[in-house]
Amino acid sequence: MQTIDLATQSLRELNATLQAQKDQTNATSWEILNPRGAHAIAVGLDAPIEVTVRGSTGYYCAGMNKQATVHVAGSAGPGVAENMMSGTVIIDGDASQYAGATGRGGLLVIKGNASSRCGISMKGIDIVVQGNIGHMSAFMGQAGNLVVCGDAGDALGDSLYEARLFVRGSVKSLGADCIEKEMRPEHLEILRDLIARSGVDAKPEEFRRYGSARKLYNFDIDNAAAY
Amino acid sequence: MCGIVGLFLKDKSLEPKLGAMLTDMLVTMTDRGPDSAGIAIYGGSAQGQAKLTIQSDQADADFAALADDLSSALGAAVTLHRKDTHAVLTLPADKAADARAKLADLRPGLRVMSDGESIEIYKEVGLPKDVARRFELSSMSGTHGIGHTRMATESAVTTQGAHPFSTGADQCLVHNGSLSNHNNWRRKLKREGIRIESMNDTEVGAAYLTWKMQNGASLGEALEGTLDDLDGFFTFVVGTKDGFGVVRDPIACKPAVMAETDQYVAFGSEYRALVNLPGIETARVWEPEPATVYFWSH
Repeated sequence: MQTIDLATQSLRELNATLQAQKDQTNATSWEILNPRGAHAIAVGLDAPIEVTVRGSTGYYCAGMNKQATVHVAGSAGPGVAENMMSGTVIIDGDASQYAGATGRGGLLVIKGNASSRCGISMKGIDIVVQGNIGHMSAFMGQAGNLVVCGDAGDALGDSLYEARLFVRGSVKSLGADCIEKEMRPEHLEILRDLIARSGVDAKPEEFRRYGSARKLYNFDIDNAAAY
Repeated sequence: MCGIVGLFLKDKSLEPKLGAMLTDMLVTMTDRGPDSAGIAIYGGSAQGQAKLTIQSDQADADFAALADDLSSALGAAVTLHRKDTHAVLTLPADKAADARAKLADLRPGLRVMSDGESIEIYKEVGLPKDVARRFELSSMSGTHGIGHTRMATESAVTTQGAHPFSTGADQCLVHNGSLSNHNNWRRKLKREGIRIESMNDTEVGAAYLTWKMQNGASLGEALEGTLDDLDGFFTFVVGTKDGFGVVRDPIACKPAVMAETDQYVAFGSEYRALVNLPGIETARVWEPEPATVYFWSH
């Protein structure tokens, strides 16, 4: 276990050190002390290392992650795991707005609640939230899966492309062009896998599926007068 | 972008440290708002006395003999306590309105930052740590206070454009965001007789709350009204003589974190602002919900 203490070392040193780790590194386990809400902790990693942050983080923790597993033993500020490519990010507490925004791959697990715009413009990332999510989540989502064990806020899945949304609790309202869809065996299989990998307490059969009605894909000439 | 901090004490033993705690929170928010900073602090009141916080760009000339001049004009005792470009005038509460009018005649260059029984406001252009040092904010005691670090978007970087804004006795407001229908509301509120002195959008938000409360609304009801009547982005933190409130617009893109323990309720634009508070490790920490009014009072 390598330890980096942000009370004595700079954020630049931290990120430069972690970013310098290669696929074949022997230093696979890292611990970060005293994050104290700092921005951009453990960003741009590209090695199969495990990083544990002991405390709460500010903006953009674990952004652009590849391969690494980043575990925040606290809560995360806005934009956690934004544009993640692969790997795993786990938040023990809550996540602020736009968690997992634009993510292209990997798994983001939030054990508390996520606030507004969770998974906005998601492009292949899988997001599992044990608690609730706020309004405008998965806005313009293009691919990937968003699994919510609690409730979803207003305008879920507004202007959705092809991301799959699974919600166990209530949905306050669906956004434009987002509809409830039939849960087929292949969807239960996706849920079973994500529940197992994220370690949340839920059963696939308890969820409902939401997705795109695909009415916004093409311009509808009948709406021409609206412009 | 701007930074907001707020601290409402429940534990009286922390009151002597209010200024120090709030200053630390304010300085942490420097990179959200490096152009100006301000703080409103509720430092307790004396029976029958009012406090006017005044500011002048020519403080040496304006403040000299001001206590005596104002005392003669009002026919009442006035004391002046100067801090850099600001000073606090203490005078009988029933003379407060008259004092404002007399000050405009006696020292036309003066600005009145606040009036009330308890509130004092200090704000200037400059880095938060410099503003805090000039006004010795860390040595102040009080029951609650709010602070602001400004990165201007809607109006000029001046003392008058810095937050907090006070448009009614013992009331103040700080804002992160920008209002888009403030010109219309400024005209309407001025017609209603509410005092608005700048072209700043936030001052209109403060004046809106003053107007609502003058018409019988509680602070909570006035804050609810902002959700219907004000257009734009806002996280507001407001103070009254014995209360402290928070509201975010329904889109809620301006960040906000709150923490509560048996000793205090704290607000920060970011969690960073809260990390030095006592017992933060075990505090209830949460993000205030959009379009939801939060309010505490003593």
